[in-house]
Amino acid sequence: MTLNVVWFVLIATLFTGFFVLEGFDYGVGILIPWMGQTDEQRRLLVNTIGPFWDANEVWLITAGGAMFAAFPNWYATLFSGFYMALFLLLLALIVRGVAFEFRSKLASSRWRQTWDWLLFTSSLLPPLLWGVAVANFMKGVPIDGRMEYAGTFWDLLSPYTVLGGLSLVLLSTLHGALYLSLRTDDALQATARETARRIGVLTSLVLLAFVVMSYYNTDMFIKAGVDPGAVPVLAGMSLLAVPFFIHWKRDGWAFFMTTLTIIFSSITVFLDMFPRVMISSLNANWSLTIFNAASGPYSLRVMTIVALTVLPIVLVYQAWTYWVFRHRLRIGGHLDY
Amino acid sequence: MLNVFLARWQFGITTVYHFLFVPLTIGLIFLVAVMETLYVLSGNEDYKRMTKFWGKLFLINFAVGVVTGIMQEFQFGMNWSSYSRFVGDVFGPPLAIEALAAFFLESTFVGVWLFGWDKLSPKMHALAAWLVAIGVSLSAVWILAANAFMQEPVGYVLHNGRAEMNNFWALIGNYQLWVEFPHVWFGALSTGAFFVTGVSAWYLVRKRNLEVFTRSFQIGVMFALVGSVLTVVLGHEQAQHLMVAQPMKMAASEALWNTSAYHAPWSIFAVIDGAHHVNPVDIKIPYVLSILAYNHTYGAVPGMNQIQALYQTRYGPGNYIPLVWVIYWSFRVMVVAGTLMVLLALYGVILTLKNRVSQHTLYLKWMVFAIALPYIGHTTGWIMTEMGRQPWVVMGLLRTNLGVSPTVTSAMVWTTLLGFGLIYLVMGIVDVYLFIYFIRKGPDLGEDPSEMDAKRMSALS
Repeated sequence: MTLNVVWFVLIATLFTGFFVLEGFDYGVGILIPWMGQTDEQRRLLVNTIGPFWDANEVWLITAGGAMFAAFPNWYATLFSGFYMALFLLLLALIVRGVAFEFRSKLASSRWRQTWDWLLFTSSLLPPLLWGVAVANFMKGVPIDGRMEYAGTFWDLLSPYTVLGGLSLVLLSTLHGALYLSLRTDDALQATARETARRIGVLTSLVLLAFVVMSYYNTDMFIKAGVDPGAVPVLAGMSLLAVPFFIHWKRDGWAFFMTTLTIIFSSITVFLDMFPRVMISSLNANWSLTIFNAASGPYSLRVMTIVALTVLPIVLVYQAWTYWVFRHRLRIGGHLDY
Repeated sequence: MLNVFLARWQFGITTVYHFLFVPLTIGLIFLVAVMETLYVLSGNEDYKRMTKFWGKLFLINFAVGVVTGIMQEFQFGMNWSSYSRFVGDVFGPPLAIEALAAFFLESTFVGVWLFGWDKLSPKMHALAAWLVAIGVSLSAVWILAANAFMQEPVGYVLHNGRAEMNNFWALIGNYQLWVEFPHVWFGALSTGAFFVTGVSAWYLVRKRNLEVFTRSFQIGVMFALVGSVLTVVLGHEQAQHLMVAQPMKMAASEALWNTSAYHAPWSIFAVIDGAHHVNPVDIKIPYVLSILAYNHTYGAVPGMNQIQALYQTRYGPGNYIPLVWVIYWSFRVMVVAGTLMVLLALYGVILTLKNRVSQHTLYLKWMVFAIALPYIGHTTGWIMTEMGRQPWVVMGLLRTNLGVSPTVTSAMVWTTLLGFGLIYLVMGIVDVYLFIYFIRKGPDLGEDPSEMDAKRMSALS
């Protein structure tokens, strides 16, 4: 029974890692055509996330695999239910993955511009879709008594869920702009800071609207009460701290603040859902929970041993790569992508 | 039924497509790691240029392999949700472990390798190549552990109306896995080796960059021989295991309707009449099927009609015979491809030892076309092993038609089938174009030309 909770926490951790890490590299992808004035600038921006994006994406792949292993019914209901959304997500991830590798392989400016826009679109779509998905997770979706999704693709779209999508896109873009302020210098760094400052205001407003709407559209109010507790408050406070750190040119702190915003927001969402993993809007008893969606205790025990052995090693070598590639990229320097 | 049909086509197309890129990834990174190790040990700059040249081709191929692999993990849930619910408990863990232990490793160190040339010591950099090689091979172990469960379910109990894992060690100790993985891995090594050999041959014919491509050819052809011989030998092991685990697949691959004689002959050409369970034409070589099935000249091989009768008593009414002509011919095409690989590689090694490779222009030209052989072998091998398991998705446990997602309409599957088909087609064209572009361009002398182009462009703008 406790292992079900352990796996809920592990999957929440993997998703949170994905939102933090892929968050900034989606943000960079979104910003490339706007921030890069010349081909070399755009190429440099691509290279700031070059060594990382693939391993960052594996956080999502692992979250998917962990869902399949620990909560097969969650995996089956979500993936067959959100079918068309996942189709769009996969198209974006496919295009995005090859865009990095192919973009600078040929010198033609039409070739490179095409890939830059494909990179933009394929970086915009995933956070938009995940934001919509997360809002739907909180709000609940039509799930019938056989654990099957009983709606269509269009049922996933409502003002509230679209606002959720927009929130995640903006938060990722802000996070990406702050990341760029850490990995570039001179003119590009100044542009990154200025971009972050502008997006920061908009992000705060949209997220505030999303939080307000969440009280109307989800059972958060009933569940969490009037005072939502420390976690969501910390999410809000860290976001509000961002403009100050940008003003003081403390880029590392500003980036750390959006990292905290994403972490605390993600925890808020998972706390709201717990112990449910898919909330049924038709009948509360039809919701998928960490118990009725889970694998057997033997599987969970095996997986726990494996995950707790392997994941720390992964964290160490991933952290090491961020140390190896910590230097700022400069115009005129060597670029691998 | 249309849903099952479409979902199967989608799975077939996307998996075969994905597996065009996987073997080259596994084989080529291994050879690149060997080349880089030679560079570290000898300090010879030619090895570094080889490493960079083949590494660049590896990366172009790797990118497509990665993105088509994401699709693989997601489509179980999308198109096969009933299957996922039924086996998730035992089939999900290998996939999750694959992501944790293999995907993280390969994706992290491929970035380190690509971007780390001037950041790491040569030894650390070579280590990164080996870690990628280990990562992609580990990935193969885990995904094949999942596939082996579909071929031969072990380590589970039926509980709560689904298959639940009750023995992890049985799952990864599955005999099927340990005949399947080495066969696939050495097939992948052969793919990389034939690729290196073929591309090098193209250069040797044109007498370009001889110092790089003579060495590449030698390394390539040596591993091509080792890889293809072991692929064949291990394939034979797998065939013998089929007799125990999936005799129907074996019988179908021989179009053997009725149990054979004590000394079973091997069919080399048959006209198959699936409706009447007869072969109007069937040309056979004596003894060979017994050797294939039992590694002896004797031993009768059960026929499809007999196994069908047995399965009807065991599993209830139904048709347990797969699509025979597909299994029969894909097996033969695979065998021919494998045999040609062994012969060509052997001839190449002999020429290399006699130091006469460059004189045999005709052989070198063949080797360019021989790049296709491992691809043909892999594709037909997978078609045989997956279609030969039908009507089961998990042998003896779950029928394929019961595995699909009940809420996904055929219009939705059509949409994704066409969508993925189209994007895969475009991506394939671009990938091949880039391959040819960089192969023609050859190993770089000095600075990366694409970077110089970029600098020239930014100077102009």
